[in-house]
Amino acid sequence: MITRRKLIANTLKGMAALSLPAAAFEILTPDRLNAIIYNDPAKVRYVFLVDTNKCVGCGLCVKACKNENEIPYDANVTRTWVERYIITRDERHEVLEKVFADSPKGARDGFITGQIDLGHGNIYMPKKEDIDKAFFVPKLCNQCDNPACVQVCPVGATYQADDGVVLIDRKWCIGCGYCVMGCPYGVRFFHPVHRVADKCNFCYHRIKKGMKTACVDACPFGARLIGNYKDPDDAVTRIINTKRVGVLKEEFGTRPQVFYLGLSMEVR
Amino acid sequence: MMVHGEAWTIKELFTYPNEYIYWSIQIVMYPFMTGLVAGAFVLSSLYHVFGIKQLKDIARFSLVFSFALLPCAPLPLLLHLQQPLRNMHVMMTPHFTSAIAAFGIVFVTYGAIVAAELWFLYRKHFVETALALKNKADKSAYETVMYHVNNLLTLGAHDISELALHRDERAIKIMAGIGIPVACFLHGYAGFIFGSVKANALWMTPLMPVIFIMSAVVSGIALCMITYIVTMEGRKFLAKRKAAACPGESCAEIESVEVNVIRMTAKYLLGFLVAAISLELLDLIFRGYTAVKSWDMLRRVIYGKDFYNIFVFQYGLGNLVPFILLLIPGLTIRRAVVGTLLVLLGVFMMRWNVVIGGQAFSLTFAGFMHYHLPIIPHDMETFREGLFGALFIIGSPYVLFFILNKIMPVFGMKESH
Ligand code: SF4
Ligand code: SF4
Repeated sequence: MITRRKLIANTLKGMAALSLPAAAFEILTPDRLNAIIYNDPAKVRYVFLVDTNKCVGCGLCVKACKNENEIPYDANVTRTWVERYIITRDERHEVLEKVFADSPKGARDGFITGQIDLGHGNIYMPKKEDIDKAFFVPKLCNQCDNPACVQVCPVGATYQADDGVVLIDRKWCIGCGYCVMGCPYGVRFFHPVHRVADKCNFCYHRIKKGMKTACVDACPFGARLIGNYKDPDDAVTRIINTKRVGVLKEEFGTRPQVFYLGLSMEVR
Repeated sequence: MMVHGEAWTIKELFTYPNEYIYWSIQIVMYPFMTGLVAGAFVLSSLYHVFGIKQLKDIARFSLVFSFALLPCAPLPLLLHLQQPLRNMHVMMTPHFTSAIAAFGIVFVTYGAIVAAELWFLYRKHFVETALALKNKADKSAYETVMYHVNNLLTLGAHDISELALHRDERAIKIMAGIGIPVACFLHGYAGFIFGSVKANALWMTPLMPVIFIMSAVVSGIALCMITYIVTMEGRKFLAKRKAAACPGESCAEIESVEVNVIRMTAKYLLGFLVAAISLELLDLIFRGYTAVKSWDMLRRVIYGKDFYNIFVFQYGLGNLVPFILLLIPGLTIRRAVVGTLLVLLGVFMMRWNVVIGGQAFSLTFAGFMHYHLPIIPHDMETFREGLFGALFIIGSPYVLFFILNKIMPVFGMKESH
């Protein structure tokens, strides 16, 4: 006959017994695991440098990225994109300057016309003589030092490797979208085939083999560079340390690690 | 190839290429449903903890209703996930820097408290029903099932002596007491999920959890009132039909009880409504006054694009009109019905304006996104995150309530205390 007292006592004993073997396993964070597999991972911190002065908006990087990382070519999402900014003197609006920006299809096919799509079927065509300045700004994941996306992922499917790159575990992501909402740069989206969160990972499969990212290789003008910030002799590191570089939206405290040469205040 | 979010988002001006309205109708439903759960519980606790006698009738009702609503609160989250089958990952590898990670734990804790309180409240009933059915000869199939269910639910505690029942009462009081902060936490927590998204200019405010709690209580009370009225009207209708046959409750009796309960409950509804509106206005005024970088954009959304949703539907129809309706003395049932329905609309619109409104502008602060609720579903996604998905969520608690009411009858019970 099992009395209530006995039942409770046995349950407690059983629970204690069960928790013993559980304590024998050590729970490894991805960081720790990495540290064990690659002996000294702390020698690398990948950083990116974009020289906006060199970018001509051809979109070859976007094309290369889509193919390399198997983001369906016609899907309206992309891991990297190029924005065009046109600052005009617009008399109609009676303001001295007016900023227009766009990135049709992420600039996959480059910028082939001067037209700007304003949405709702409205097209604006700035007159050449009205344009004060115009430039292109490539964008990608900033592999932030304090990544908002990693903080908000409820299951740890988004995590940061020791070399600074933020990765997504496609087998573990539940697709809640919290990271998509949490990233201030809008670099995240849902992969149309895998139905999990996706974003630029600096072509992790390539850089780990010592190669450059697909976009860096694709850019004919050298507007994109990847480097290792932990190496003081790295060309990119030297530029970041000696030239005037900027980062995007630093007010969010994410400490982005994609640096820009020639950033302008109009850039969003 | 259609990307998630593309089906219901229309972009305007400059937005980033990957931006869509990723959190759609189900994320509106989620805080709305949790709000109802928490609110219904708080209403029942007003009687059990603070001993507000006039609420005795609605207290039992709202507790059972809160329990029926409970499983429906995480449903919208589940429907919203891109990988719903992986939902258990949240419990398996909770990543506690995320506000969503503790959801399962908070939720289960709360569920356990409500279940425990209900058990103490209905223990006597279970025992009595089980005993009565046990001794009954030739039980029907339904009765046999009911006998086993009730017998099981007693959990072997058959003691219904005066002393034991007294202890039950104390336990109810304690459970209800612990339940209030947990219910508030459950919902304040939903607010925190939004309030802590630093990338979103509209959501990021420490007031968000408090605003959510207040409006939660408002909506919970309103829903309990309206459901209470509907069930009472139903009973009145039945009583009328049976009036000749059995002289049990008469219509007049039910009617007077109903009006009294509703008048009393309406007072509490008004109190919480005032608190909710004050907080929301404080938030709005503060944003306008400090006018940081994002205000330029927020102003265009709040006073421009979303003007009707915010000022007409939420504040006007959803807050001001019911406020006046419920405040005028001599509240009638009909007026209460209109008032509470409008209150529910107001709270729903508030959730809508937070969730959808928060995504109405681009992270560039230079473009907009418009949401078009999918009505006719043409695939699984537009069903799950469309009108019918939302209606499914709204309907499910009533089905549960119907079943629960069979086991734990809400009406016609003699109060032991
Ligand atoms: S840019 Fe966005 S997605 Fe990339 S690491 Fe930073 S917060 Fe995460
Ligand atoms: S969508 Fe995936 S990666 Fe992003 S927060 Fe949710 S579970 Fe994490």
